[in-house]
Amino acid sequence: MALTSATGSAVSLPAHPAPKKGLWGWINKRLPVTEFISEQLTGYYAPKNFNIWYFFGSLALLVLVLQLVTGIFLTMFYKPGELTSFDSVQFIMREVDYGWLIRYLHSTGASAFFIVVYLHMFRAFLYGSYKPPRELLWLFGMAVYLALMAEAFMGYVLPWGNMSFWGAQVIVNLFGTIPGIGPGLVEWIRGDYGIADATLNRFFALHVAALPLALLLLVVLHLVALRRSGSNNPDGIEIKEHPGPDGKPLDGIPFHPYYTVKDIVGVGVFFVLFAIVVFFVPTFGGLFLESPNFEPANPLSTPEHIAPVWYFTPFYAILRAVPDQRLGALLMLLAVAAFLFVPWLDRSPVKSMRYRGWMSRTALTLFALSFVALGYLGLQPAEGLYVLLARIFATIYFLFFALMPLYSSIDKVKPVPERVTYHAH
Amino acid sequence: MADHAAVADGEIDLSRRKFLTRAVIATGAVGAVFAAVPFIESWSPSERARAQGAPTQLDLSKLEPGQMAMPVWRRQPIYVVRRTADMLSRIAGHDSELKDPNSESSNQPPYAKNPVRSRTPEFLVVIGICTHLGCLPKQRFEKGELYPSWPGGFFCPCHGSRFDLAGRVFDGSPASINLNIPPYSYPNPTTLLIGADEKGVT
Repeated sequence: MALTSATGSAVSLPAHPAPKKGLWGWINKRLPVTEFISEQLTGYYAPKNFNIWYFFGSLALLVLVLQLVTGIFLTMFYKPGELTSFDSVQFIMREVDYGWLIRYLHSTGASAFFIVVYLHMFRAFLYGSYKPPRELLWLFGMAVYLALMAEAFMGYVLPWGNMSFWGAQVIVNLFGTIPGIGPGLVEWIRGDYGIADATLNRFFALHVAALPLALLLLVVLHLVALRRSGSNNPDGIEIKEHPGPDGKPLDGIPFHPYYTVKDIVGVGVFFVLFAIVVFFVPTFGGLFLESPNFEPANPLSTPEHIAPVWYFTPFYAILRAVPDQRLGALLMLLAVAAFLFVPWLDRSPVKSMRYRGWMSRTALTLFALSFVALGYLGLQPAEGLYVLLARIFATIYFLFFALMPLYSSIDKVKPVPERVTYHAH
Repeated sequence: MADHAAVADGEIDLSRRKFLTRAVIATGAVGAVFAAVPFIESWSPSERARAQGAPTQLDLSKLEPGQMAMPVWRRQPIYVVRRTADMLSRIAGHDSELKDPNSESSNQPPYAKNPVRSRTPEFLVVIGICTHLGCLPKQRFEKGELYPSWPGGFFCPCHGSRFDLAGRVFDGSPASINLNIPPYSYPNPTTLLIGADEKGVT
């Protein structure tokens, strides 16, 4: 796969030709290791004006690896089953050497995953990274997000605490609101007349095998699509349109070593924050691990207050804000699905918020605020003022998407510079 | 082969090739659908789960007036309330505040589609799972227990659905239908059989 610039001239290969001699040469003749590195890393030119928002993609990849490794080790000690799940998690926490650490890394990793993914998504809104030619890149990213939600939900059921049980009950029953096939579908998903051993075991299979495989495949597709269009940047300018005499983008720098080194700094900062949570506040005040989950699942006792883990609460707040259950479930689904249409809803001639007018900026600010507010409200009981506020913020949430074709097209935009803005340090 | 007479020797009949390709794809797709059936079916409740879902019995003689028992049928808690005359009197009079006072769009066997929603007024038998999203409604049987005009009934702590002493849902609740009623019968006056009635075992 040779890189070509916008003018059609071939980009010259980097200065590391594939070795021909020795063991390394022998391997490279049979496996394109050097070529792969030069095409994907040293020969991949990324815009030179990346800022702090560009850490979260690589961090998401890091957390994915962390979850896979800690997950594999947890699988060695965890025993799925109505009678064994809860006890085996306690066994991991109390009797397996460093079991507590491996489990807290995994449970904190789940929340960290959503933190970096939400910041990564916000970056896309900030700089219009979903706009042409990156629509498919965005859609694959959304597919990763959906798979991640399913993965996180099923993972939360596995410890078989009381919140696992009742969370599963509430979420699985959402499928029951589908007209006609609903009740049968719910029974099919559970494999029993209630959330039971059968449900737990199939969620385990999906959580440790099917969904991780799907996630990996989708992440690969996301990265392949990224390599095709190249990264966007805070200015929203296509660097490929300004190639230098050597055919390489004038405003691009090789991903390796420049951005690998930059990302390592991000990894360092991330690990410091991550370790603070793992070692000092692993439950994060009930946000990362909820207290009712320290009791075994009890089908005859609902926790006083059911709330999902924080990363689902914005959607949960929307579900509860609607008095009609079918409409509530539909709006909750729509709240997630709305992201898929953003590349076609946004009619702005410019990508980056830097060059957009007050309307787009205000809309995005209000959207981000309402997302956070809904996240908070989803953790509160559904009563009185909380419900009213949830309705207001849910309205703002949907207006952000619904009115996007309008405000993004009439909004006054500033002239976009030819080249990226960059200040040497 | 009159249709293909126009094709000269050595030339490829592309239309024929296209037809064969499509036929193979279609046959393969049908095969894939049939191959998926066993995998999809494997998720249905197993023989064991179905056997464990057999009818449940409850001895009603041990239930005092005003008391509630909670036997389990098909992994679902069943609320059996022995209603007193006072409780029965509190079922009437608030039909205008209910979403489905006559249980038109709710799920119950025909013998429970009446104002008290039961075979005999004394015993209420409902599935103790909120029709909103499946939490267990709590008993709030006392008059005025939730608010001054509260006639007594059930309150779901998850999303605030309220039901009266016949399991009928109040306006303003996220649940849209009354509590579900399982099929049940009385093999003798003091025994309740949940999951079986004249129509047989569910």
